[in-house]
Amino acid sequence: MTGRDDWWYDEAAGPLVRPYAMVRGRTRPNAPDLHLVTQVRASSFASDQTSLTVEHREIMALCARPLSVAEVAAYLDVPLVVVKVLLSDLIERGDVLVQTSTPKIPDRDLLQAVLDGVRGI
Amino acid sequence: MVFVGSDAQLTVPTAVKIVIAGGFGTGKTTMVASVSEIPPLRTEELLTEAGVHVDDLAGIEGKDTTTVALDFGRITINTKVVLYLFGTPGQNRFWFMWDELATGAIGAVVLVDTRRLDSSFPSIDFFEHRGIPFVVAVNCFDGSQAYTVDEVRHALDIDEAIPVVLCDARDRESSKSVLVALIQHSMNRLAAV
Ligand SMILES: Nc1nc2c(ncn2[C@@H]2O[C@H](COP(=O)(O)OP(=O)(O)OP(=O)(O)O)[C@@H](O)[C@H]2O)c(=O)[nH]1
Ligand SMILES: [Mg+2]
Repeated sequence: MTGRDDWWYDEAAGPLVRPYAMVRGRTRPNAPDLHLVTQVRASSFASDQTSLTVEHREIMALCARPLSVAEVAAYLDVPLVVVKVLLSDLIERGDVLVQTSTPKIPDRDLLQAVLDGVRGI
Repeated sequence: MVFVGSDAQLTVPTAVKIVIAGGFGTGKTTMVASVSEIPPLRTEELLTEAGVHVDDLAGIEGKDTTTVALDFGRITINTKVVLYLFGTPGQNRFWFMWDELATGAIGAVVLVDTRRLDSSFPSIDFFEHRGIPFVVAVNCFDGSQAYTVDEVRHALDIDEAIPVVLCDARDRESSKSVLVALIQHSMNRLAAV
């Protein structure tokens, strides 16, 4: 574990205050569906980052390589619901690219590739 | 892959997933760790007390919420495909979470501890009812493997078509062979329809 498990915990007000503050209670904008394994990646034409929060910039750095939404949440150590809001902001700005397909059951070729891959590890 | 955004030539891999399920303490996290290329990661989902996703943080302050932790690992198959392994949360009341985990999954491994067979019934029911391919992996905690595969199959009332295998979740090769059995089972199911 990262040792930051409780960094957003507020003694007096409970565990939700920090993530709530981070996204200021915003609803998610009309971003694509973000599932646990949805792949996200920083755009190579990312806009000026000076107006971004620390958390947004941290996501941009993490996503220099493609990662799943779940990985971004785990590395950032924030609940999934929070990371989805932050990612939505970045997607809306065009700073983060996202795979738009919803998870669907893999076809035969994909299963064969996974089978070969698992055998090879 | 299709992207939202300006530089469509930037690609991301196709993500696939396998669910590692089973009762409390059956070795789910151990299995994820034994095959994952990274130490298992942990992420938290916010749920209401009723077990429903908190999907939006607006107006959440007054609500009773709880967090459920998910362990997961990763196997990079090649530059185009990445496999994620998700351990289900121990507490069975978070079925909502299981739905999200199971959607689009290759299938599931249901880990069984023969000292507490009944603790894996809910997992088996879940995947059976949703028609999600699964294999049953009997985790051989030292010296406790008093039953044969057939005895376990019978005790759990598992259909002949569903593979039941023995494993040691701590052992990478053993866990690998469970994943291989599951992927082959999923391929057979695909061929059958
Ligand atoms: N001897 C032996 N011990 C095991 C094996 N697999 C897991 N364990 C131990 O059993 C305990 C439970 O394993 P976990 O992997 O945490 O089980 P889990 O299913 O993730 O547990 P929960 O998430 O709490 O439901 C740990 O202390 C493991 O070290 C095994 O194959 N043999
Ligand atoms: Mg566990």
